[in-house]
This record gives sequence, C-alpha cells and structure tokens, in this order.
Amino acid sequence: MTHSNLAADLIADRRVPFPKPHFLAAADLNPPFVLALLDLADAFVDLNRSSTKALDLLGGRTVMNLFFENSTRTSSSFEIAAKRLGADVVTMPVQTSSVKKGETLIDTAVTLNAMRPDILVVRHGASGAAALLSQKVGCAVVNAGDGRHEHPTQALLDLLSLRRAFGDVGGLTVAICGDIAHSRVARSNVALLSMMGARVRLIGPPTLVPGDADRWGCEVFHDMREGLKGCDVVMMLRLQLERMDGALVPSTREYFRFWGLDREKLAWANAGAKVMHPGPMNRGVEIDSDVADDLSVSLIQDQVEMGVAARMAVLASLSARLETGA
Amino acid sequence: MTTLAIVNARLLDPATDYDGPGSVLIEDGVITRVEHGAAALMATRVIDAGGLCLSPGLIDIRVRTGEPGAEPKETLKSASLSAAAGGVTTIVIQPDTDPAVDDPAMVDFIQRRGAALNLVHVRVAGAATRSRDGQRMAEIGLMHEAGALYFTDGDHVIADSRVLSRIMAYASAFNALIACRPADPWLSEGAVATSGELATRLGLSGAPAIAERIQLERDLALVEQTGARFLVDQISTEAALEVLARARGRGLEVAASVSINHLCFNEIDIGDYRTFYRLDPPLRPESDRRALIEAVRDGLIEAITSAHTPAPAEDKRRPFAEAAPGAVGLETLLPAALSLHHEEGLDLLDVLRPLTHGPATLLGLEAGVISAGAPADLILFDPGAPVVIDAAALRSKSKNSPFDGRRLQGRVEMTVVGGRTVHTS
Repeated sequence: MTHSNLAADLIADRRVPFPKPHFLAAADLNPPFVLALLDLADAFVDLNRSSTKALDLLGGRTVMNLFFENSTRTSSSFEIAAKRLGADVVTMPVQTSSVKKGETLIDTAVTLNAMRPDILVVRHGASGAAALLSQKVGCAVVNAGDGRHEHPTQALLDLLSLRRAFGDVGGLTVAICGDIAHSRVARSNVALLSMMGARVRLIGPPTLVPGDADRWGCEVFHDMREGLKGCDVVMMLRLQLERMDGALVPSTREYFRFWGLDREKLAWANAGAKVMHPGPMNRGVEIDSDVADDLSVSLIQDQVEMGVAARMAVLASLSARLETGA
Repeated sequence: MTTLAIVNARLLDPATDYDGPGSVLIEDGVITRVEHGAAALMATRVIDAGGLCLSPGLIDIRVRTGEPGAEPKETLKSASLSAAAGGVTTIVIQPDTDPAVDDPAMVDFIQRRGAALNLVHVRVAGAATRSRDGQRMAEIGLMHEAGALYFTDGDHVIADSRVLSRIMAYASAFNALIACRPADPWLSEGAVATSGELATRLGLSGAPAIAERIQLERDLALVEQTGARFLVDQISTEAALEVLARARGRGLEVAASVSINHLCFNEIDIGDYRTFYRLDPPLRPESDRRALIEAVRDGLIEAITSAHTPAPAEDKRRPFAEAAPGAVGLETLLPAALSLHHEEGLDLLDVLRPLTHGPATLLGLEAGVISAGAPADLILFDPGAPVVIDAAALRSKSKNSPFDGRRLQGRVEMTVVGGRTVHTS
C-alpha cells in the first residue's frame, strides 16, 4: 500500500460533515469539531507531501473562488486545495470598483447562483459581505476574509501549525501583535485560540488596538517587553502601508523600533517561542528578516503549507455535509 | 573634589513648603546636604548668602528661539544667557523652529547644542505632528526616547479631532505628555485682541473668550476618551479655568500653564496700540487676570511660563494687527512673578511653586527641589530689590519686552546650574 493510499484511507475515516451550511466565522466551529478538522487536516498534510497529492472527494463539484480584493496567497491556496480534491475550480478576480454597493454584490450572487456552484469561496473588503452572500445563494459559502471581520480559515491553519509545533494548543500563551484594529486575522484567531484553551494577548500601539479589545477575553498591552513576557507564540500582523504615514503610526522606523519583532524583542518571550505571520510580510516594519527566515523559530513557511491542508479539510467537510443533503 | 556650600540663606523650597533659614552643600553638581536653621557647613568654597533667598532654579517650559532657522531673532546661546540672567536653570525649547522639531535627530541636535553651551539645561518639546501640519502624527515614541519632554504643535491648533484623538491615544503608550493651545481655530482666525468694548473701540478684530473654552471642552473630552496625559498650554480665561476645575473634579489627569504676561497685564495695556502687548493668546479683561492669579494661588495652574517669543524690531514696528505676536520674558520672569507676591499678596512659595516644583513634577524632572540627591540647580535672589526693566539691556537678541520701563522688585544675584555658577549680578 502506497503512502498516498494510507493517507486516503485515513482521510476517509476522519472526514466528518461540517456542522454548519457555511463557514463564515470561527464561531461556526466547536471544540470537538475543530479537533476533528485538525486531525483531517493532518492527514491532508501527509497526502500533500506524497507524490500523488490528489483525491477525488469533490469530483463533479464546482468550487468558485470569488475575490473582490487582491489576493495571491489565499486565492492560490483555496484553488490548490479544491483542485487536489478533484473539484472543478473557477477563480474570478472581481474588480472592486464595479462592486461597491450591497445591491451589486447581491446581483453578483444571484448571477453566480444561477451557475450552480457547490461551494463559493469569497473574499470582500466589506465586513459581513460573506454572510450577506450566504443568504442569497443556494450553495455553501466559505469566508476567505471579509473586511475587518473574520478570516476563519487563516485561524484554522494557524491552529494547525501550532498544534504540529507544540502538540497541544491548550495552555499556550499566544501574543498577537500589531494592527489589531484592522485585522480580521486577529479577530478569528482570538476566537479560535480562546475556544481551544489558549491564552491570548494583544499587543500594539493604542491607535491600532480597539478600545474595547480588553472585553474580547484577552489581555491588552501596548508595550512589547511587558506583553511578550511569558509568551510561547508571537503572532505578528501585517501593517498596511497607508496606516504608517502619520495617520495611526508616525513612521515605519518608529513602528519597527517599538513594535517590530526582532531578536531582542523575541528574547523577551519564553525560550523556544515560535513566530508566526499570516503574510505577506513587511520586512523591517513588523518583522525583522533575521527572525522571519530563521526556521528554528519561524513557523511562517509552515503556515503556508498548513493553509492548503486546512482548506482541503474545510472543503472536504463541507462537501461531506452536501452529500448528507443537509 | 571641590565642594560648595551656600550658607546663611533664606531657603524657599516649594516641594516641602519650607520657608526659613538654611544652608546647602553641593558636591559634583548635586545637592548632598540641606540644613534647616543655622548650620556651619564645611566646603572648599563657601558662599555666605547674607539672608538672600535661595530657591530651586526656575524651569520654563515654553521658550521659543530662532535656532535653527531664524537665528537673528534668537539663538540657543542668547536664549541660554538670557535664562541664566533671569534665574531660569532649565528651558524647554518649543518645536516651532525651521525645520520643526519633529524627529529624534532634531531633538538630539538641540539638546547637544544646548549642552555644549555649558550654561542652563536646554530641553526640548517635540512637535505632535510632522512639520506641525496638524495632520500627520510625528515620531512621538522616538522623540520621547531621545529626550523630548512633551509634545505640542505650539501655537498651531490641531483642529482635526480625529488626528488629536489618535495622537493622544498613541502617546499614552509612552506615557507622553501632550500639550495643546485651547483656541477654536475658526473663532480665533485673524483675531489680535479679545472681543469686547475695547477691541471694538480700537477697531481691532477680536476673538471671543469662549473660543478658548470651546476648544478646551473638546480637548478634555478627547483626554477623557483616550486617557492621555495632557497640558493645557497657556490658559488665559476665567471660563476655561472653570472647565479645567470641573475636569479635575472628574479625576482627569490634566495640568495647565499660564504665561506670566497674562498674570501681569490686561487688555487695557494695549492702550495706544503698543505692539509689545500684541500677544497670542491676546490680553484679556481684568476679571480674567484676577481669576488666573487665584488659580495660581489655589494650585489649579501647575506652571507659569515666560512664553518667551523673540520678535525683532522689524516684526514689531508695524501696525498692531500686522505686528508679530509674542514677548521675550526669560530675564524678566522672576521679578514679574514676584509682583504677584508684592502686589497681589501671594505667598512667596505659592509664586515659586509653578516656576520650579510644579513644572518639574509635570515633566518628570529631578530638579525643582532643594533636597539631598537633587541636581544643584539653584538661584540666589533678593526679592525686594527694586529694578527698572531696560529692554535694550536684555541679553536676548530680540528686545520685545512688554515690561520695558516697568519698575519691579526682585533681582537674581546668582544662578547655579549643576553646581556651576552661570550668572552673578
């Protein structure tokens, strides 16, 4: 029996129907299902590392990637995930300029719905856009990032990366650092990590941390030294360039001085602490290359690999639900 | 090691409320012993004060110079000489230079230039926004690290509430102090006097006093929202003082400064369009001046500043409305402040507190006290000595003193900075 056949058997055993018709937010998951999903994703990691890399779990299904915002990483990740599961994949980069109003978005949804896709993967600049689409189409919708709201598959792949690095996420102290205010990655991660028993801290300048973030069940710090003390994981966030020009942060050099992760700041965290970043990175702004490229501390490359496996797990679970006719 | 003892002095220490006979011993620029009452201190050099007042050196938190960018008005050297002569041992340079002090290199430059003079302590206030444009946040963290004591756009009001709110929030990460001039920019636009009968009679465009209150209400609302440390820069009206008192009552961490000019003059002094009284904020009615004096007495105001603003003759020899606002004040600060003691009946310690311990506490400086371990920044002065202010004799490059020709009381006999004598009369 080949390695990929073993993986295929494992996947068949571990594949469970998704608990909800759509995957819009971290709250659509529950702890036992998250564990099941991670187990399934682990099997997909093995499959992806084998020479065959393909299964026919989504044969005959159509997955539509609908990206209203520019994306390379997430869009490719979903596309590869769907293709490896045997789905017909259509990726549609939509110009944001032509789709600004809710009404137009709904028109788009109705049009696409008429093409009978099975799974719609959506990224949009407006918070709540994925949820709105899900109400207007007859297929499963996966939120690939909606405004500042959520990016649940990113949180799932981060969780997978952490579980593989540490064995268990429960009891870990994770610091999410940087532009919390505008980050959907932060929101999804706070929800999912907390759900799975991790302690979450938020660190960033006061202009980039929402005033009510302390009510998210996290500790909030504005000082990296204080915030990183006792942390096992340092998750850096991308800082949008337009926010670094004196509007919310005075300059990139000041940001890097106080909140950019380098060796010195990493040393304030626990020994053996791991570094994460959802990408794409602003080297020398939120993270120093020296840290980002050091495979002994950086999980950043792992995150990309785990992204494909986690999304395969999500698509496989959603299709399992579709098969049950729910 | 040389040691210096100043004995037989009248010690005035607002930090401990001590006003009585005493002596101090200074070693390596630091006060090592303070004796209350008569005491014989041994030192390599002993100065017998002969009963003169010995107080902490004055700390002036609002000093404008022309260096860099407008050196003919004032240089760091002329300002430092002026400060030393006036008993001011620490000056805080405003960021409205050219270029503006809006990055750490500029903070460092001014501090180094100041230190090289070996006169008084030259410290810096950084700009809150880049080029003081009121829009783009300046590098508050890096400037704070470089030694900037607080952040302000000076006379430029940050009109955009969102910008100021973000600056306050951001600065709180460094526990940095933000200072703002309370002046509604639209009501104050083009104004050279306070609205009222006098301004109308003189035909001068005036801004209503409520322009200050309106802006202060906004600033304090943002302070409440962001939790920033905040300084009301140059409060000048009774209405604004009431707003400040209410905010303090709500537990807000808000301090206030007042310029010596607004404690000593009122709008009547404008009289026959004398441009040395063209100030910003403009001079106010007597009722406001009286309220400001009471606020100093009560401790509602933490700092009295000289609001030192050099303006050369070519900027002042103009019609009132076209003249540059501002007045020099480093050298006249002490005798002018002592007029509050002599003429208004304020206790000497209450006059000295907002000139020494108050600003030191506000800015986190070790100076401003006479106690063991504190830097030996001290002044010896004769509080009753009559002086006639002669603007032409001022060490400042610009001579625009509204006190020119005034008879005051109080002369600085000696200024000591870090144990070094930098001025003797």
